[in-house]
Amino acid sequence: MAILLREDSKIVVQGITGGAGRFHTSLMVEFGTKVVAGVTPGKGGQDFEGVPIFDSVVQACDATGANVSIIFVPARFAAESILEAADAGIELVVCITEGVPAIDMAKVKSHLARTGTLLIGPNTPGILAPALRCKVGIMPDMIFSPGRIGVISRSGTLTYEAVDQLTRLGLGQSTCIGIGGDPVIGLAFLELLELFEADPDTDGVVLIGEIGGNQEEVAARYIKEHMSKPVAAFIAGKTAPPGKRMGHAGAIISGGKGTAADKVAALEAAGIKVALTPSDIGDTMLAALEEKRNG
Amino acid sequence: MKIHEYQAKGLFREAGIPCPEGHLVTSSAAIDELAAKLTPGIWVVKSQIHAGGRGKGRITMAGVDTGGGVRVTKGPEAAIAAARSMLGGTLVTLQTGKAGKQVNRVLVEAGVDIASEFYLAAIIDRETARVAIMASTEGGTEIEEVARTTPEKIHTVRIDPLLGYRSYHGRSLGLKLGFQGDVLKQFDTLVSNLYTLFVGKDCSLAEINPLVLTSQDQLVAIDGKLNFDDNGLYRQGALVALRDVAEEEPLEVEAAEFQLNYIKLDGNIGCLVNGAGLAMATMDIIKAFGGEPANFLDVGGTATPENVARSFRIMLRDKVAGIFVNVFGGIVRCDVVARGLVEALGEVQLEIPLVVRLEGNRKDEAVALLAESGLPIITAENMKDGAMKIVSACQAGN
Repeated sequence: MAILLREDSKIVVQGITGGAGRFHTSLMVEFGTKVVAGVTPGKGGQDFEGVPIFDSVVQACDATGANVSIIFVPARFAAESILEAADAGIELVVCITEGVPAIDMAKVKSHLARTGTLLIGPNTPGILAPALRCKVGIMPDMIFSPGRIGVISRSGTLTYEAVDQLTRLGLGQSTCIGIGGDPVIGLAFLELLELFEADPDTDGVVLIGEIGGNQEEVAARYIKEHMSKPVAAFIAGKTAPPGKRMGHAGAIISGGKGTAADKVAALEAAGIKVALTPSDIGDTMLAALEEKRNG
Repeated sequence: MKIHEYQAKGLFREAGIPCPEGHLVTSSAAIDELAAKLTPGIWVVKSQIHAGGRGKGRITMAGVDTGGGVRVTKGPEAAIAAARSMLGGTLVTLQTGKAGKQVNRVLVEAGVDIASEFYLAAIIDRETARVAIMASTEGGTEIEEVARTTPEKIHTVRIDPLLGYRSYHGRSLGLKLGFQGDVLKQFDTLVSNLYTLFVGKDCSLAEINPLVLTSQDQLVAIDGKLNFDDNGLYRQGALVALRDVAEEEPLEVEAAEFQLNYIKLDGNIGCLVNGAGLAMATMDIIKAFGGEPANFLDVGGTATPENVARSFRIMLRDKVAGIFVNVFGGIVRCDVVARGLVEALGEVQLEIPLVVRLEGNRKDEAVALLAESGLPIITAENMKDGAMKIVSACQAGN
């Protein structure tokens, strides 16, 4: 039905009483997401629109059986919130917060390798599974529709651009995931492609990358060698000047590495269709599916 | 954030990384005082600007070429004369652009008796989420060049930041560089200190190039660069004081004060977009249709009317030939953005073409609002349509 999220995903919101936490908790609940708990230290015992608030993630898990966490706390507390969730036994953590120092995330990832916790983000719009009516994030849910296309992206608004086109073309989505715009993130393209390849309810994947790092190149290699499902890609930042951080902390060409041209070349060399402009992402997916069908 | 070389060396010294004796001068009076400080021997005189390529760059003063951006001089008098011919001049390097950068600071540094040169740097390796320490025998050249031509000459160890630096990390790199005995011990201490500096100061890059082994078997950092993770600056109060705003683009500094992600580019078509990825893609699509983007501008996921208005003011001061507004309304509603646009345009007399593409949440209301306003706005169906329209409108205007 989806990757990462399930029918029994129960969500705890860390930082539920902050501005973004309140706003998006309401929207998640409205969409149908099972938000079972909130955490704000010092506010245990209160509730937010009927969602009980706890002082710690452990308490929230014990009382409600929460197994997925979404984090809205300020940047300086975000790394600790991820660790708290991991040590409380949460299976999947989605960190929306932007501005977490890279070295903190490197330490967090080292710890998560021991606990086995899955992390999406930070600096991500989250995850949305239309058929499950489950949104662990801040995506505008009205543009999504249930279906069989997976979407993975390093950018928020570009994801919406792509999803909107897919929906209009009648291509619903199985799961859409923003992996985050930071240099050090949890699950990246590679791990999510593996999950989509194994997912019986996904027929094809849209991959939206951008300048910086080399995970598009790693993804290209995996797709070429291991993936049976068609992939359509788009890469942002062809005109970005080197050495400048383009909005996302991770979107920077450094030392001549991580250019859009390199990424497009790697994807095309692996036989993946790359959309020329964001307006062509939907059609590119359609063409890739068509090509697959005609074998 | 970037800092100057002399500031990086100050942090190196604090961290226990040996650097040559250096004197910074920022005024003609300070140059006068150098005579009492400099001893006979070789002095290296270095312009302090953020851009690289200083050695091959040229300085001009009142239209006259006064020499290179970095010069090796013999004796105090020659060093002082070199400093005078740099301070206040304009240095043009491959990285500064044609306008160059004014030299407001000059570093006069003791020459070092070089036996061999090396490269040493720390970065965060994105793929493994570890601190990577890279070392090479090819010091003094651009590491990108080494990576391209002889990648086997770059040696790397990756350190789990939860475990931290261990002596064997430095030792294994040192052995690859051919060090032994006391030099190997020196190198271990130096790498340890670089690691501590990198992690403790939230660096995104800590680079020593070249790291020099002197004829007396001492390791010394001759040139170095420190860049910082902006996300870590909130806990690095002392570093923030090292920021040199004069080295940054004024419009970018102003935009940053309003949490606008703005980067000035060389073209003439202004772009106002919500979201960093979409903003990059908007620049790309303008270029794909034959135009040149004037900027990257992300008004943020929640494009407020105030920020839309501020963005307009900044782009108009950048003297763009036309503006393309490209907003995908998700949580932020298109009609709110449209209202912001109408408000912003009420304040300014827009004499250049404006193409607006609004998609998503409450698009129809937004389009109606723009139509009612009677403002000379060209609306676009999608990104592609918008890019074509703004490029042709700007070309028609020329």
